[in-house]
Amino acid sequence: MTGPVDVQIGKPPEEGDGQRRIGVFICHCGGNISDYVDVAAVRDALKDEPGVVVAETTMFACSDGTQHDMIDQIREQGLDGLVVASCSPKLHQITFRGVSKRADLNPYAYTQVNIREQDSWAHGDDPDGATQKAINLVRAGIGRTRNSEPLVPLVVETTPATMVVGAGIAGMRAAIGLADTGLQVYLVEREPEVGGWAGRFGAMFPNDRSGREQIAALTEQVSRRSSITVLTGAQLVGKSGSFGNYEAVVEVAGDPPETIRATVGSIIIATGFDSYEPENGEFGYGIDGVLTLPEFKELVDAAGGGTLVHLGRPVRSIAYVYCVGSRQPGGNEYCSKFCCAATAHASILVSALDPQIRQFHLNRGVRTYGKYELMYTQARENGAVYMTYPDDTPPSVEQGRDGRLAVTTTDTLTGGREVTIPADLVVLVTGMVPRANTGLTDLLKLPVGDDGFYNEIHPKLRPVETVVDGVMVAGSCQGPKTATESVASGMAAVAQSAAILKKGVAELDPLVATVHVDDCTGCGECLTTCPYDAISTRDAGGRTVAEVSAAVCKGCGGCVPLCPTAALDLLGYTDAQMTAMIDSLVEVPVS
Amino acid sequence: MATATIAEVAFKPRILVFSTHNISDPGIDLAGSRHLHYPATATTIAVPCSSGIRPSWILRALHNGIDGVFIASDGEECAYLPDCASRTAKLADAAQALMREQGIDPQRLRMAAVCSVCAEPFVKYMREFSAQLVEIGPVTA
Repeated sequence: MTGPVDVQIGKPPEEGDGQRRIGVFICHCGGNISDYVDVAAVRDALKDEPGVVVAETTMFACSDGTQHDMIDQIREQGLDGLVVASCSPKLHQITFRGVSKRADLNPYAYTQVNIREQDSWAHGDDPDGATQKAINLVRAGIGRTRNSEPLVPLVVETTPATMVVGAGIAGMRAAIGLADTGLQVYLVEREPEVGGWAGRFGAMFPNDRSGREQIAALTEQVSRRSSITVLTGAQLVGKSGSFGNYEAVVEVAGDPPETIRATVGSIIIATGFDSYEPENGEFGYGIDGVLTLPEFKELVDAAGGGTLVHLGRPVRSIAYVYCVGSRQPGGNEYCSKFCCAATAHASILVSALDPQIRQFHLNRGVRTYGKYELMYTQARENGAVYMTYPDDTPPSVEQGRDGRLAVTTTDTLTGGREVTIPADLVVLVTGMVPRANTGLTDLLKLPVGDDGFYNEIHPKLRPVETVVDGVMVAGSCQGPKTATESVASGMAAVAQSAAILKKGVAELDPLVATVHVDDCTGCGECLTTCPYDAISTRDAGGRTVAEVSAAVCKGCGGCVPLCPTAALDLLGYTDAQMTAMIDSLVEVPVS
Repeated sequence: MATATIAEVAFKPRILVFSTHNISDPGIDLAGSRHLHYPATATTIAVPCSSGIRPSWILRALHNGIDGVFIASDGEECAYLPDCASRTAKLADAAQALMREQGIDPQRLRMAAVCSVCAEPFVKYMREFSAQLVEIGPVTA
């Protein structure tokens, strides 16, 4: 089950009379299109274009009835190409590719032409211009379909195994989920112990269960599954092959270090977060008694139901300074969103230790969303005082001559009055920052957003997939998340991993780069252009030519303009197709 | 001279926009969804990534009588290539060098990053570029 197999690419169209048989359907979209674009004029202008056999207007191209009509026409007229001019391809390209498939028409001979978002809606002030633009756009679509080649999806056999990188709460729970779907799992952890952040903590919100106990329970469940291999002190250092069959190389610390190779179908990255580390002097950080949120959490956990003590002295008052390192223009601009709830929770734990401890929460607006609002209410009912400071006037932390801390803040609710609060402890409510994982990021070519966290393809519709096929991201490496949310995204990655690996084979879009062997001089220019290493060389009858691995190619086309002899083409966007489209935009092209 | 003036007023420059499926094309869609108007003589062709545009396509459009070509590039957001912006800039430079050789004003090619929600910037680019092309006049190459 190793190595991509059965990679197929379509053949060029059969040589016949060279004439295609194309059906063109132009949609009114109720009136969304036809109120501005004269759709009948568009049809009349294009019905005699070379290769056009059917040209019709339709009230709603996407309606069930019209789809059936299209299928009938494709069959009855023996169509080998389809053009639908309606809305954005983001909406219905997949619909009409489906229509093509159901009518046994090659789905890659279908072109979606956008005459709504990019025409009628944008040019309501110019109906004549919109109609002319629609004619040009549809003619370009016909040109693209006329020059299309019948392609078949790439089919690769997949390996039923997943590597999970990062054994925090999300990664561990995901490993168990994967094993239970019947997949082999490699759980790789950089630290000597599994458990991540949760493994360090006592009671965690929302149910007050100890993080350490939850990790212990997960560890036990992992150990009961023989299909999970746990590698600690281990790092993913090498990845080759392609989706469905990645060859992963893991280096395990030791003397000497051990190298382990594993073939896996997919990889889930769950490397978590780092806590923001304040600069020395930032809100008094560095002074005894000024702690970050995780440092404070460990102190509260250490009290173990007894007295809250810092440096041998019982704590009588605490000032929390919110949004340290978060929501800062020029710094971490995002909100870490867990910290307000985590601090309300810590405040409740402190009140439980000793209700007499005075607690002041200096915030910029409390974001205890959803059910966490209940913790915010309880913290206040326990006597905690919440004071909001203005965005542009953060509190200052000073140490008096007696060694006590004092926090001066501006309270917006008392008319911007300045208040100085003496405190035994100052807790800097620090947010999450991305982990320094440059090696892993570079190795997997993971896309990183402006804020330094990993980017999924789509936050709602493809929440754990990345642009690297078969590589998923889960947990707080995607951005700040609570433990609850991290586990949920870990389980989403389990479902996605199972969805792609349990079938045993994967279909990939065949719109990849291709080499015209006759034009390739074997100069090697293209070999270094692909960051995914999809291009290599092969022998073609005694001469060296470039070769594209269809399973590895991402279909960006970035290599295409770099070939000095124009021997590279991107299927679906070939030179012939693009040229036909460009020529269609004017009535009389030069050549 | 009077005729020339009328011709200038009536001149609606034709613009070919290259967009990218995942980033700039959704931004251009959004401009339409919000019914923001830009000249109807600007027409978009989408490709997966702006670094895959052949300079020959740009030249072909200009020789065909398209007055200006606008690359709505991915910028730093490209999901495929971390160096997408510099790659696209290089091929735009290559296209402009060819344009100079062939007597076409290099200002007829413009490039700017258009993000997936950059509806207003896109509309502004189209209006500005169109106005600029009116100044330059119809392509005659």
